[in-house]
Amino acid sequence: MSFSVTEPSKRQKSIAGFLVITYALITLVPLFWVFITGFKTPPDSISYPPKVFFSPSLEGYVNLFTTRTRVTPEQMQALPPPVGFAEAIVRNRDMVIAGPSKFGERFMNSIIIGFGSTFLSIFLGTLAAYGFSRFNVPLKDDLMFFILSTRMMPPIAVAIPIFLMYRQLGLSDTHVGMILLYTAVNISLAVWLLKGFIDEIPREYEEAALIDGYTRFQAFYKVVLPQAATGIASTAIFCLIFAWNEYAFAVLLTSGTAQTAPPFIPTIIGVGGLDWPAVAAGATLFLLPVLIFTIVLRKHLLRGITFGAVRK
Amino acid sequence: MAKIVIENLKKSFGDFTAVHSSSFTIEDGEFFMLLGPSGCGKTTTLRMIAGLEMPTSGDIYIGGEEVSQKPASKRDIAFVFQMFALYPHMNVKRNLIYPLISQGMKRKDVKRKLAEVVEILGIADILNKPVGGLSGGDRQRVALGRAIVRDPKAFMMDEPLGALDAEFREHMAEELRALHDRMNATTVYVTHDQLEAMQMGDKIVVMNEGRVEQFGTPQEIYDKPATLFVADFIGSPSMNFLEFDGAINTGDSQIDFDGQRLSVPQQRESVEGKLVLGVRPEHVALTNYHNGLQGRILATEYLGTTQIVTVKTATGEVKVRQDASVPATLDDQVGLTFNAKTLTVFNQGSGQALMSELNEGVLDRG
Ligand SMILES: Nc1ncnc2c1ncn2[C@@H]1O[C@H](COP(=O)(O)OP(=O)(O)O)[C@@H](O)[C@H]1O
Ligand SMILES: [Mg+2]
Repeated sequence: MSFSVTEPSKRQKSIAGFLVITYALITLVPLFWVFITGFKTPPDSISYPPKVFFSPSLEGYVNLFTTRTRVTPEQMQALPPPVGFAEAIVRNRDMVIAGPSKFGERFMNSIIIGFGSTFLSIFLGTLAAYGFSRFNVPLKDDLMFFILSTRMMPPIAVAIPIFLMYRQLGLSDTHVGMILLYTAVNISLAVWLLKGFIDEIPREYEEAALIDGYTRFQAFYKVVLPQAATGIASTAIFCLIFAWNEYAFAVLLTSGTAQTAPPFIPTIIGVGGLDWPAVAAGATLFLLPVLIFTIVLRKHLLRGITFGAVRK
Repeated sequence: MAKIVIENLKKSFGDFTAVHSSSFTIEDGEFFMLLGPSGCGKTTTLRMIAGLEMPTSGDIYIGGEEVSQKPASKRDIAFVFQMFALYPHMNVKRNLIYPLISQGMKRKDVKRKLAEVVEILGIADILNKPVGGLSGGDRQRVALGRAIVRDPKAFMMDEPLGALDAEFREHMAEELRALHDRMNATTVYVTHDQLEAMQMGDKIVVMNEGRVEQFGTPQEIYDKPATLFVADFIGSPSMNFLEFDGAINTGDSQIDFDGQRLSVPQQRESVEGKLVLGVRPEHVALTNYHNGLQGRILATEYLGTTQIVTVKTATGEVKVRQDASVPATLDDQVGLTFNAKTLTVFNQGSGQALMSELNEGVLDRG
């Protein structure tokens, strides 16, 4: 467990710390820029030289969640005073709020499709991995290779056949269609990762449960699953990240009902000029779920990544 | 508690047969040893009895009921695994009561059973600890506790002392045996250590390459080995084997061995050909050069109260166990005499012991 080489010296530690912090800064600066751009006004967001200090505004977020129409000064005069901060911000630009934008809906689609496909991948993947790990499945090695082979080309290479199939099957632009598609892509990763984790769990634990009077399924559920929690959590994060970020299929297969956030956010650019704060606000909100999910599971994730490297 | 009968039990993994048609009987309340070298099929046999492995063919009766196709959860048997296999995500207490929860036992009864087991094993102080940090001995106790808490029909133990330190092993062996005597539970115990088997077992079955070589009490197996393998595997140093060509007729109590007449237990079979005379080191005596088998002392090994003297003879080396006080000088010419009543003659080709007055009661069973 602790195969200590030598304790690193103070100097080595400070160099390592410096490198890690530098790397973190480099990767975090763009994210930080997106984050602050979301709180700028449109003129501030495109000002040159770029503004690091500015007076924050919620205009980006208001624009993200609303559709607006321009009104003439006479019409504006005729309106009752604005209700709420959003209306006030919009009127400053000689516009009124016409209704909500599609962002909320698209965001929900992302949540449903991302988490739905992650759940399905993990559910099916865990059962399949357990089967492959514990039972004498005929042609086991060939099947495992076949499952892996679905990953040997970029998924988008089969975009056209899938597009045609989905149209025939009526799955285009449906939640079910997108969940199935992302599950199909993720499941090979899930089966392989999870099989590795389950292989590491000694069979004796389940056998002890069988002896203690539990059924095979109870043994799986009560003894194997808690042991595999680490593996399941880290696999779930990988699956969610893929499904959440996927862009190409989403553009190709969804346009309305089931459109996810990634293809939607760029369309904001086209609405009423280059509205960078709204885009940045959308991007910021889009980052949140994966960030929260990862933070919640981060203990497992870390252990998951080093799993197998550290043996008892 | 129950009697276990194994009939023609066989297990193949693909083309490989791990257990060939084994038969033996474990009486109610017996401490029964499955003994054999590593890879001989002991664990596989034990797992078939427990229901963790389905036999290819054959029958298993537990308490009179044929169970060979029943799942483990329906056999009411406890199993102590080689590495204990305590549930790692539960503390000691949860581990102990887990088998009771599966039966849907009432809270009050669970408490009572738990208290009973804790008392028997003396593990009150570790009850709320996670199993991860326990010492080997405590893990062993918890594993035993999980086995006994349910009052199963029988216990299976797969080399339960194998994971312990040498010094602790002896202590735990005593504890185990004492526990067995107290509960009188039918126990099947797997080991590759012949000393452990001889010390702890009421009965032993000796296995080799998936076959049952012999089945009997430790005394029977030691004094009346049924095969060359058993004679060689049991005892340290093991039995001396002296090869000779000869002919034996039913009723003989003297045989021609190396040019002299040798007294043996009265023989019950007739054979001719390559034979092996088997004699335990403690049944050989050193005399002067003109008596018995002649040889020269090659080595002596002092063991405290006894010593092992190795004598080189024309038919091979013979180890003699004798009192440490008897002088034995290297290179001395000596004669060897055998205690006639204890000798066993083996057929070299088949490896089987020839039936004689000595072993007839034992060989019938094999
Ligand atoms: N599941 C299995 N698949 C294939 N071969 C097995 C399996 N289990 C055991 N064996 C083989 O059967 C033989 C006996 O194994 P085992 O019963 O574990 O021996 P022992 O416990 O006496 O050391 C060994 O050669 C082992 O490799
Ligand atoms: Mg074994």
